Amino acid sequence: MALTASDAPRREDARQDGRDGEVKTLDRVVIRFAGDSGDGMQLAGDRFSSETASFGNDLSTLPNFPAEIRAPAGTLPGVSSFQLHFADHETLTPGDAPDVLVAMNPAALRANIGDTPRGAELIVDTDEFTDRAVAKAGYGSNPLQDGSLAAFALHEVPLTTLTVGALKEFELPRKEAERSKNMFTLGLLSWMYHRPTAGTEAFLTRKFARTPKVAEANVAAFRAGWNFGETTEDFAVSYQVAPAANRFAPGRYRSISGNTALAYGLVAAARQSGLPLFLGSYPITPASDILHELAKHKNFGIRTFQAEDEIAGVGAALGAAFGGSLGVTTTSGPGVALKSETIGLAVSLELPLVVVDVQRGGPSTGLPTKTEQADLLQAMYGRNGESPVPIVAPATPGECFTAALEAARIALAYRTPVFLLSDGSLANGTEPWRIPDPDQLPDLRPEFAVDPNHTGADGSADFWPYLRDPDTLARPWAVPGTPGLEHRIGGIEKQSGSGAISYDPANHEHMVRTRQARIDGITVPDLELDDPGGDAEVLVLGWGSTYGPITAAVRRVRADGGRIAQAHLRHLNPFPANLGEVLKSYRGVVVPEMNLGQLAHLVRARYLVDARSLTQVTGLPFKAEQLATTLKEAISVDV
Amino acid sequence: MSTYESLSLVPRSEAGQVAKDFKSDQEVRWCPGCGDYAVLAAVQSFLPELGLKRENFVFVSGIGCSSRFPYYLNTYGMHSIHGRAPAIATGLAASRRDLSVWVITGDGDALSIGGNHLIHALRRNVNLRILLFNNRIYGLTKGQYSPTSERGKITKSTPAGSLDNPFNPVSLALGAEATFVARTLDSDRKHLTGVLRAAAAHPGTALVEIYQNCNIFNDGAFDALKNRATAEEALIRLEHGRPVRFGADLGQGVLRDTVTGELTTVTVTADNESALLVHDAHAASPATAFALSRLADPNTLQHTPIGVFRDVQRPVYDAAMGDQLDAAVQRQGEGDLAALLTGADSWTVNTPL
Repeated sequence: MALTASDAPRREDARQDGRDGEVKTLDRVVIRFAGDSGDGMQLAGDRFSSETASFGNDLSTLPNFPAEIRAPAGTLPGVSSFQLHFADHETLTPGDAPDVLVAMNPAALRANIGDTPRGAELIVDTDEFTDRAVAKAGYGSNPLQDGSLAAFALHEVPLTTLTVGALKEFELPRKEAERSKNMFTLGLLSWMYHRPTAGTEAFLTRKFARTPKVAEANVAAFRAGWNFGETTEDFAVSYQVAPAANRFAPGRYRSISGNTALAYGLVAAARQSGLPLFLGSYPITPASDILHELAKHKNFGIRTFQAEDEIAGVGAALGAAFGGSLGVTTTSGPGVALKSETIGLAVSLELPLVVVDVQRGGPSTGLPTKTEQADLLQAMYGRNGESPVPIVAPATPGECFTAALEAARIALAYRTPVFLLSDGSLANGTEPWRIPDPDQLPDLRPEFAVDPNHTGADGSADFWPYLRDPDTLARPWAVPGTPGLEHRIGGIEKQSGSGAISYDPANHEHMVRTRQARIDGITVPDLELDDPGGDAEVLVLGWGSTYGPITAAVRRVRADGGRIAQAHLRHLNPFPANLGEVLKSYRGVVVPEMNLGQLAHLVRARYLVDARSLTQVTGLPFKAEQLATTLKEAISVDV
Repeated sequence: MSTYESLSLVPRSEAGQVAKDFKSDQEVRWCPGCGDYAVLAAVQSFLPELGLKRENFVFVSGIGCSSRFPYYLNTYGMHSIHGRAPAIATGLAASRRDLSVWVITGDGDALSIGGNHLIHALRRNVNLRILLFNNRIYGLTKGQYSPTSERGKITKSTPAGSLDNPFNPVSLALGAEATFVARTLDSDRKHLTGVLRAAAAHPGTALVEIYQNCNIFNDGAFDALKNRATAEEALIRLEHGRPVRFGADLGQGVLRDTVTGELTTVTVTADNESALLVHDAHAASPATAFALSRLADPNTLQHTPIGVFRDVQRPVYDAAMGDQLDAAVQRQGEGDLAALLTGADSWTVNTPL
C-alpha cells in the first residue's frame, strides 16, 4: 500500500532519514498531553492527531478539560489533557493508559500520574516545578527530587526556558514567547515519533495569518522542539509506528471530530434535501461547536440563529420548518429539558425537525465537559402525553456525519422531530475519516403538497393537513405561500384528516395510536451481528460512543479464546426489526452503558430478555481492558 | 394604496380581496361579548387593504383566549405553545422574507410565560407584527390575575389581593427599544385600523397593545377609556407632529417640566400653549415616548395615551441575515460540499498494488 501525505513536502523525510540515534518500532502508542487550561494542550494534541492521521496511522483521541475556562493557574481543577492513541492497526479507543505523559506543570503531573503505568515515559517542564507551584499542586515535596517518580522514565526538560530562548530574535514579550511552549513540546514529540511536520507548519501559518510574526514564532518554536529532540542526549531513542496498512480502504481521508462531522452531515442533508438549513441554537457545552461550524458556511444558504434561550432555539427551528426549511436545533441534556414542550408541539404538528443532543454528565448542570449516555430515556419519554420521537445514535466521531443525514431522512420522510444522540466523547474525539463522495449521498428531497387533497361537502376542492400517506402515515407538508392550501395547525388535538380542533374521545384514541404507529413503522436497517464463530452464547449489545471500547474489549475476549457476539444499535426508536430475534438467540445479553442501564431497561421491557447491565458513570469512556475483564466474567456467569 | 416597505418582498394579490376572503370555516368560540370579536373583524376587514396574496400571510399565536385567533382567519396559521409564538415566528420570518408574519398574544402569554421571547423579538427587530391583547386578566384558566392586573386585584388565586406591581406593556416595549410601539382599543374600530395600518407599514418588529375587554372575568376594565363621560378626560390621543392635547375642547395638554424633565398634564392657557409637547413618533431616543407611557395611572387609567408612541427605523434582522448570506456567496461562491468535506488537511490511501 502506498501512502502519500497530500501536502507534505519531502523535508521531513530527509529529517527522518539518516538519524543517528536508535530507532525503535512500536505497533501502538498512547500519549497524553497535560497542562493548565491555558497551556494550549488541546491544540498540541489536535495537531499531533492531524500529523498522525496524515501519516497513515489509525488513531482515536480523548480531549478532557475542565468546565472552567481558566481555572486558577497551576491548580488541579485547571488541568486540561488530551490523550491520543495511534497504531499500525485499528485503534478503536483512545487507550486505557498513557505510555507517554507530558506534564507542563506539577498540577498536570499530579492529576495524571495515577493513570500512568510504571515504566511509562514522563516529559515534564522543569521550569514550572518551583516550590510555590509544587505546593499549589498539593505536593509535600518536589516529585522531581524526592524519588517518587523512580518507576518512570523521566525526562526533565526546561521547556519554557528553551522556548523563550528559541524565540529571542522575535523580541516578543516574555509572556507571549512562553505561550509557544506547546508548539515546542509538539515539535519534540513529533521528532520522537517521526511525525510529518509540514501540516502543522501550514496550519500555524493559516491560523495566525493576520499576525505573521506570531505565526513565524510558533513555527520557530515547533522547529526548535524538533531540533532539541535530535540534538539532546536525553532523547537517545526515537520511535516509529508504521502506517496502519490494512486498516483503511482506498480513498481520500481526513481527520475529523464528531461535532465537525455532525455539522457537515447537516450541510449535506440540506443539499440532499434541496432545503435551506435553519439552525436555532443556544450555546451549551459540548454542542456549541456545531453552531460555530455551521455559522461559518453561510455561502451554503445556512441560517444560524443564536436564540435568547434553548426554548427559542428550538421554537425558531420549528417555525422555519413550518416555512419549508430543514429545521435543526443543537444542545445538550439541560437544553433538551427546556426544549421538551416544543418537541411535543412538533410531535403534534407533525413537522420535520432534527434535535441534536450532545450528551454530557448529568443531572442538572452535571459535568459539562465530560461524557455520558444518560439522556436516552429523556429522548425516549421526556415529554407530556404519548409523544413518540425517533432516535438515532452514531457510534464513532466519523459516523456523526451519516447519523445527521439519517436523522434528516427520517424527519423529512415521516414529518417528525428526530433525536440525534451524540455525546461529549464523540463530539470532541477525532479519528481518520474517509471523505464521502457527495454524489453518492442519499436523496432526501421531500414532496411538498401543492394541490388540494380533499373534496368538501359542497364539491369544492380543499386541503386537509392531516390526511396521511397510507404507507408512511406522514401528513402532507404544505408550506406558506402555496395558494389554496391555507390551513391552521396547533398543539390542540386535531380531527384526523381535516385537522380541525377535536375533543372527540374516539378521535383522540385514533390520533394517539396513529402517531405511535407512524414512528413504529419507520423503516430502519436491520441490526448487524458480529459472531464470527456462530457459536457464542453471550451477546454484548451497545449503542453510541461505547462502540470503540466494546469492540476493543470483545477482541481481547476473543483473543483469549472467549466466545462472544457483538451488536451495536444505531437506531434506538424504533429498534431494528430483527433486534428481538437477535436477542432471543443468545442465552445471555450484556449491555454496557455510560448510565445506570437505560438501554437495558428498554430491551428488557420490550423483548422480555434478561439483559444484564454493565454500567459506568465516571464522565469518561469505558477502558477496554476493564470492560474485557467484566465481559469475561459475564460469559462465565451466563454460560 | 401606500407602499408597505416592510412587505416589499411579499407577492401582491392580483385579484381584489374582501374581508370574507379572510374568514375561515371554523366556528368562532369566544364568549359572547368578548372584545376579541371586534379585533378579529377589524383585522379581517383591514387585511384586504394590504393587497397581498392571502397564502403569504401567517398568523402564529401562543396559548390563551386570544391565541385561538389564527383558527378564524383563512390564512396559514399556527396555534403554538404558551409564550413561545415570538420565537417560532422569528424562525419563520427570518427564513421566509416573502411572508407577512403576525403574532397574536395576550398579557399572560406575552408578558408572563413568554416575557423573554417578547423583549428579544423587540430588540432583534425581525419583521413581525405582534398584536398583544391586554385584558388584564387570565381568561382561559378562568380568572386569575395577570402581569398587567392592577395591584390589589382580587381573583381566585389572590383572594386577599395581588401583591405585585403590573407591567405597562408599552413602557416595557420601549425599554426593550422596540422600533414600533402603539396602543389602541378593541372598541374603537377606526383607531384600531389606523394603528394596524401603521404597524403593517413598519419595517421590523411592530408591537401593538390592544386593550381588550374580558366580559366574563374582568368586565369593564377599560370603561374609563370607553364611556363618553370619562373618556374625554382619560384618553390622550397621540398624533405624530401634533401637540399632545386632550380633554373637553382639548383644554388640557402635556408639558415638559423644564427643571425635572418629567412630563405633566396641565390646563392649556394662552401662556403655555406654545410650550406644549409636540409628539414625535420618529424621535431617535425612546425617552419621551417612555415618559408618555408613564402618564397613565395603572389603577384608574387616567391619562392613558393611545396611538403610535414610537416608529423609528433600525436594521431589520431578517434582512441583515439575508445580506450576510448573499455577501458570503459573493465572497466565497456558492457552497461546494466536496471541497468542504475535504478540508485543508487530507491524504489519499491508494489501492494496494
